[in-house]
Amino acid sequence: MNIIVCIKQVPDTSEVRIDPSTNNLVRDGVKSIINPFDMYAIEEGLRLKEKFGGKVMVLSMGPPQAEAALREAVSLGCDEAVLVSDRAFAGSDTLATSYTLSKAIEKIKDYDMIICGKQAIDGDTAQVGPGIAATLDIPQINYVRKIEEIKDGAITAERATEEGYEVVQSSLPCLLTVVKEINNPRLPSLKGKMKAKSVVIQTWNATDIAAEESRIGFKGSPTWVLNIFTPQAKHEGKIFEGEAQQAVDQLVESIKGLVH
Amino acid sequence: MSGITVYQDKCTGCALCEKACPFDAITMVDKKPVIDLDKCSLCSSCVEACRKFGAIEIIRTTTQTPDIEKYKGVWVLALQRKGVVQSVTYELLGKARELADKLKVSVSCVLLGHNIKDKAQDLIYRGADKVYVVDDPKLEHLLEEPYARIVSNLIRKHRPEIVLCPATSIGRSVISRVAVQLRVGLTADCTGLDVNTDERYLLQTRPAFGGSIMATILSKHHRPQLATVRHKVMKEAAVDPNRKGEIEVVEFDKSFFISRTKVLKVVDEVTSTVNIAEANVIVSGGRAMGGAANFKLLEDLAKVLNGAVGASRAAVDEGWIPYSHQVGQTGKTVCPKLYIACGISGQIQHLVGMQSSDTIIAINRDPSAPIFKVANYGIVGDVFEIVPLLTKRFQEIL
Repeated sequence: MNIIVCIKQVPDTSEVRIDPSTNNLVRDGVKSIINPFDMYAIEEGLRLKEKFGGKVMVLSMGPPQAEAALREAVSLGCDEAVLVSDRAFAGSDTLATSYTLSKAIEKIKDYDMIICGKQAIDGDTAQVGPGIAATLDIPQINYVRKIEEIKDGAITAERATEEGYEVVQSSLPCLLTVVKEINNPRLPSLKGKMKAKSVVIQTWNATDIAAEESRIGFKGSPTWVLNIFTPQAKHEGKIFEGEAQQAVDQLVESIKGLVH
Repeated sequence: MSGITVYQDKCTGCALCEKACPFDAITMVDKKPVIDLDKCSLCSSCVEACRKFGAIEIIRTTTQTPDIEKYKGVWVLALQRKGVVQSVTYELLGKARELADKLKVSVSCVLLGHNIKDKAQDLIYRGADKVYVVDDPKLEHLLEEPYARIVSNLIRKHRPEIVLCPATSIGRSVISRVAVQLRVGLTADCTGLDVNTDERYLLQTRPAFGGSIMATILSKHHRPQLATVRHKVMKEAAVDPNRKGEIEVVEFDKSFFISRTKVLKVVDEVTSTVNIAEANVIVSGGRAMGGAANFKLLEDLAKVLNGAVGASRAAVDEGWIPYSHQVGQTGKTVCPKLYIACGISGQIQHLVGMQSSDTIIAINRDPSAPIFKVANYGIVGDVFEIVPLLTKRFQEIL
C-alpha cells in the first residue's frame, strides 16, 4: 500500500505572542514545527505501511526551509519526501493550495491513500484536505479517529462527529483527514535520524508539477486578507480584589439573580 | 505581475509600514522598506499605513467569475441529521436575512435529506423566502459526494452571491468540495459577516494563528462567496408563523446520487457530563488548575450550578480533561448564560470560543490576565481558595 502524507510546517502558535506596544504578532524566536495534527497523519501512514507493506511518501508545500519538516518526517520513518516550492505559489489560499498539492500528487501518481491532519494550527480552516480530494475527484473520509479495516480495495473507518461517530466505508484510493484520538505518534529512531540527514528531498517547482499559472498563488486564489487586527476587549468588568471570602460574597451577591 | 511593490521614489523612509506589519516581514534598510516575502502574507496592513504616500502597492491580477453582476441572493445550506434540521441552520438564517436585507435580495435555503419535505416550512418561518428541497433515500446520511454535486448544480443554475454553511464536521467537508467544483473562495469559521453594499462583497472576519489575531477576508471577484460559521456564533432567527415563502422540490437523476463512500452505522455517544455546547452554566479550567485531580473542584461548583465543566486548550493538551470539553477556536464555541473561567489566562484562541456568553466571571491570580478584559465580574486570587468558597456560598443560597 502506497501512502502519501501531506504535512505543513507552521509556527508554533502556542508560542506566538502579541507585542502589547505595537499590537503586532511577535514571531521572532518562535519555532517552526510540523503541524501537530499532521503528526497523527504521519503515524497512521507508518502503521499502515508496517501492516500492509508499501511505502510512505511525505509531501509539503512551502518555502525552502520547510525542508526541515520533511526531514523530521523521514526521521520518523517516512520513505521519501517531496517539497513543492516556488515563489509563484505566494499568496495561495486554500483553493490554490489544494490545486498545487493535487498537481504534485498527480505527478507522484502511484498511491492508494492520502492522509492529512484534520487542520493546520496557523489557519485552522480544515479545507485543504477535502479540497485535495475534490480536485483529484477521489472519495474522502474526514475526522477519522480509527481505521477499522482495509480489504478488497475498500477502507472502513470511524469518523468523529459532533454527536459521536459514524462508521463509513469508502473505495480506494481515498483521502483521510485524521484527528488526535487516532494514535500516539512515535519518536524518531536513531536509524531514522541518520536517514533524515542523508535523504535527498525532491524539490518541485510550478513547472515540474505542470501547474496552470492562473490556478496557483495569488492568481489562483479567490480569497485574500483585507486587513488584520487584534481583537478588542468588549467591556471592562467589575473586579473584586482583596480578602477571598469577602470577594466571593460580593461576587455571589452580584450574580445570584442569574443562577437558580 | 501580481505581488507587492515598493515605489522607492514615493517612500519617505518614515517606517510606518514596518510598525504596521503584523507579521514582522518588513525591515528598514537604508531608510527603505525591504519585504521578506516568506513572512509576508500580503495582508495590506502596510498599504493602509502608507496610504498618505502611496509608496506600497499590492497588485492582484486574479480571475473573475463571468457575469458576476448576475449573481443575486443569499443562500443557507440547511443541514439535517436524522431528519432534524440542525439548529445552527436557524442561526445562519438570522444572519442571511440581515445580509439579504442590506443587499435588497432574497434568502433561499437548500435542504437535502430523506423524508424532510415537511421541514421546509420551518425554514420559511425563520426567514427564508424560498426553499429548494431535494428528498431522496440516498441523502438520508450526509455524504460528501452527492451533497456537493447537488449543491454545486443548484448554485450553477440559480447563481446566489453568498452561500452560508454550518461549520459542522460534515458541513465543512461538503462545502470544501463545492468550493473546488465551482473554483470559488471559501472562508472557514467566520465570527463576523457583513456586506459592502456598493460593491456587494462579503466582509468575512475570522480568527487566525490560533486566535491571536483576527483577519477580514474578501473574495471580491468570485461568486458565490462561500463562508462557514460555527454553532452558537450567530443569534438564532426568530420564528414568524405568518411569513410566506415558496418551496420547490427539485428532482435529480440517478447519477447525482452516486457515492463511493457509504455510512454503515451512526453512533451517538452519551457522555456522563452535560454537553458543553448546550449547557446554561459552564465552569472552565485552564493551565493554573495544575492537574487532572484539581478539576474535581470545578465539577463540584458545576454540580451546584447545574452546569457543565469546560477547559482551555492548555488543560486539554496537558491531558487533564478530554478534548470534548475544550472551549475555543480548536474546540467548541459556547454561549451559556454564565461562564466561569478558573485559572484561564484568556488567550484569544479561548476567548473566541466563549466571549459571546451572557455573563462571564473570571478567577485568576494575575490581575493583568486578558480574561479580565472580557469578564463582567472577576476575582483576583487563587483558584484553589476561591472556587471552594464559591461552591460553598452557592450551596448556601441555592
